[in-house]
Amino acid sequence: MGLRLDVQKRTEDYPKWLPAATSVGAVLLAFVFSGLILLSVGADPIRIYSFFWTASFGSWGAVSDVIVKATPLLLIGLACAFAFKMKLWNIGAEGQFYMGAFFASMVILLPMVDLEATPKVLVLGLMMLMGMLGGALYGFIPGILRAKYNINEVITTLMLNYIAVFWNNYWIFGKYSDAGFQMTKMFPKIAWLPRLSDFAKQYKGFSGITLHLGVIFGLIAAVIVWLILYKSRWGYKITLIGDNPKAAKYAGLNITRNIVLVFMFSGALAGLAGMAEVSGVVHRLQERISTNYGFSGVIIAWLAKLNPFAVILVSVLFGALIVAGREIQPSGVSFLIQGIILFLVISSDVLLKYTIRVVRTDKNGEIVQAKSAAVEEAE
Amino acid sequence: MTLQETTNEALAVEMKDITLRFPGVLANDHVNFTLRKGEIHALLGENGAGKSTLMNVLMGLYKPNSGTIIVNGKHVSFGSPKDAIASGIGMVHQHFMLVPNQTVTENILIGLDEPKFVLNIKKYDQKVRELAEQFGIQIDPTAQIWQLSVGEQQRVEILKILYHGAQILIMDEPTAVLAPQEAAELIETLRGMARQGKSVIFISHKLNEVCAVADRLTILRKGRATAEGISVEGITREALASLMVGREVIFNLQKKDQAPGEVVLELQEVSAVNNKNLPALRKVNLCLKEGEILGIAGVAGNGQSELVEVITGLRECTGHILLEGKEIANKSPQASISAGLAHIPEDRIGVGTAPNLSLTKNVIMKSYDHAPISNAWRVNYTAAGVHAEELKNQYKIQAPSIETQARKLSGGNLQKLILARELSSKPRLIVAMQPTRGLDVGAIEAVLDLLLEERSKGSAILLVSEDLEELLSLSDRVAVMYEGEIVGVMDQKEADINTIGLMMIGSLRGDPACPPAETRTQPTDLNEQGAE
Ligand SMILES: Nc1ncnc2c1ncn2[C@@H]1O[C@H](COP(=O)(O)OP(=O)(O)OP(=O)(O)O)[C@@H](O)[C@H]1O
Ligand SMILES: [Mg+2]
Repeated sequence: MGLRLDVQKRTEDYPKWLPAATSVGAVLLAFVFSGLILLSVGADPIRIYSFFWTASFGSWGAVSDVIVKATPLLLIGLACAFAFKMKLWNIGAEGQFYMGAFFASMVILLPMVDLEATPKVLVLGLMMLMGMLGGALYGFIPGILRAKYNINEVITTLMLNYIAVFWNNYWIFGKYSDAGFQMTKMFPKIAWLPRLSDFAKQYKGFSGITLHLGVIFGLIAAVIVWLILYKSRWGYKITLIGDNPKAAKYAGLNITRNIVLVFMFSGALAGLAGMAEVSGVVHRLQERISTNYGFSGVIIAWLAKLNPFAVILVSVLFGALIVAGREIQPSGVSFLIQGIILFLVISSDVLLKYTIRVVRTDKNGEIVQAKSAAVEEAE
Repeated sequence: MTLQETTNEALAVEMKDITLRFPGVLANDHVNFTLRKGEIHALLGENGAGKSTLMNVLMGLYKPNSGTIIVNGKHVSFGSPKDAIASGIGMVHQHFMLVPNQTVTENILIGLDEPKFVLNIKKYDQKVRELAEQFGIQIDPTAQIWQLSVGEQQRVEILKILYHGAQILIMDEPTAVLAPQEAAELIETLRGMARQGKSVIFISHKLNEVCAVADRLTILRKGRATAEGISVEGITREALASLMVGREVIFNLQKKDQAPGEVVLELQEVSAVNNKNLPALRKVNLCLKEGEILGIAGVAGNGQSELVEVITGLRECTGHILLEGKEIANKSPQASISAGLAHIPEDRIGVGTAPNLSLTKNVIMKSYDHAPISNAWRVNYTAAGVHAEELKNQYKIQAPSIETQARKLSGGNLQKLILARELSSKPRLIVAMQPTRGLDVGAIEAVLDLLLEERSKGSAILLVSEDLEELLSLSDRVAVMYEGEIVGVMDQKEADINTIGLMMIGSLRGDPACPPAETRTQPTDLNEQGAE
């Protein structure tokens, strides 16, 4: 007599709620596992988690901080989800983010327009365009390499991330450094995305609230990505190529062009995140504007099962993790949790293909329950 | 918990009262199946009747909703194929699962506990060689899989399960992918194995073959058994067919005489190389008219695939290919499609469909970009659904719903899905490669009828098939390919199997192709071509 895990290939379609449930389950389990790890090093997980909660949702200021952090994550999560939908493994959102930040900053640093005379809307609009262009161009490189020469995009995008960081550093230190610090001069106000605290005069509650317009970009982007993927011709092509490139080719689709376009679109979203970060948060180009957003974006896209609206929710969760993680020592805890989430989310896909039950076995090791179930069925 | 029962000593497998339900389909409905030791037992049935499913149940891939399985007198309940293999059952799936860059022996050893760390490949090569000799299987254990033909790869699969110690072999449509000669060899091998005490379950749609190889047969129809282990002695093809589809099947096609019209497709001096960069097409000239079926005969690998690929825009070539007077050589698949081409590809799963997408998304593969399926930038999925529903009814595609994923369709229904999509585009030219491969008699009849109907509507049809009988009954003219050349074109009325057979192996040449040069249409954009 004993217990055994009985793993069966699904003959039924999995229920519609299951993918969402596995994602939620993965997050909860990740907290449990991290808790155990924290416990093993002598910390009190309950205290840490309740601290996490207050640090991220305890006040309006904290919530605003979370959303500010969630904004680049949202855009980058969307960038990853979009590329992943076609099975293009764009791990390079980090680099595209930096390039977006760089291009957007160039509007101010060069400057591209007369900063005294141009209206704010135009300056910001141009910064957005440049940000997206920077990301798109940086997505073009791995895109064309993959499309024309079949060079693995995981490797190229990963390498390009480093190049983007050093490229930015070169300009920050070499040309635009503010008195030798690793940052440029503060941008003039005209280059700042509007924030809630700008309206503190009219509404007292807004004072000190740093929430900026970037979050709206993110929400609009989510809607657009959803429209493209689920409603448009292009989305149909992306799905078809993602499922079977040979069939897509046979159906007359231009695979090469679509790989490049998807990479550029994905890059543009990440580039927009870079623009939002320099224009909405740091107000200058500086080193380390990303705390591994590119990698968090990969996890977010998976956890959201590539659904753009789910990406919104998940990026808020990750924003909260980052905000809370900043306030505790060692600061690695939130990365620990993120890593475990990724691991669990990927492994939870097993549940979509198989059913797993605990069954009782008799002394020969044969399953007892399965038989009785079979008998019931026959009656 | 072994039940005390009078189990029959002579039975290798006994499946009793097996029921398995998929969402929307009862794939197996209280099926009984027995396999005697040392027999070849054929499993027949329409596409989607539940044959593969029943075998997957036996292999432990699916757990039945009800029923019991007894293997060699013992009750079993396999959790996975591993358990089934341990009980001496092995299955050759229709799609081979071999590693192309490894040798025969290495492939056979994959998944075994032995050898553990050090691989003395010579020793195992020898073992494989001995096993192959024992069963009269011709194979070089040191060859790499990619160097082997489909037939040889299948031998590797068989050797693999024999090496794993199988006493019971399940062959799921093994001959569907084989040339006639290879099929005959396979049948010889299976016979030999049965003589040495192995039991074989043989799934096939080819009734002649079944009558030739099997001792007994079981027939499934819509999940139920309509014949359980009857002897093949004295049974006719017609009787089998009606047991399978539940009605009479007409083996004679109704083909009207009709005069072909204008030239639709013309190939001028077309040459191309294959994937290994060797010449595959040598100066092929062909022409094909409205309302005409041109059959391409030839042993597989003599350039037929490449011929289809250059016409459909999937392969580069030299020379001219004119579809309705428009140059389509070296353009793109899109150019061929918009010139009026429909293509029924050889590889249904790998090329013809997107397996994880719904029926709807599969039928709009070539019409998603114009009205009524789409407007401006949007795909109108409501209209697409209506279209899919229509096609599903018109072509009698059996599937729970239009939202079902394509990979869940049985082989025959998948083929109907492709036909539905291709023919609904009102094509001028239909290129069909092995359109009836793996289909049941009823479905073959349906497919051939559909092709004949298109012919009477005036489409030109290029039909590539290895089934000479089918080719001759359907075509108006037959062209024979040998080593990338058209070695003869003849009228169906003058064609006979012997002449074609001799041409196919290269020992006879007939008339070269097509009408004389002066009657040919001139390529419209020849100058443009030259300028490029
Ligand atoms: N994984 C699955 N999920 C849902 N339905 C399935 C699945 N696999 C098979 N089916 C359905 O079960 C039925 C039986 O399919 P099966 O593959 O056993 O047919 P078959 O007799 O082998 O046909 P063929 O000759 O075409 O190979 C079909 O209606 C098929 O659509
Ligand atoms: Mg089958």
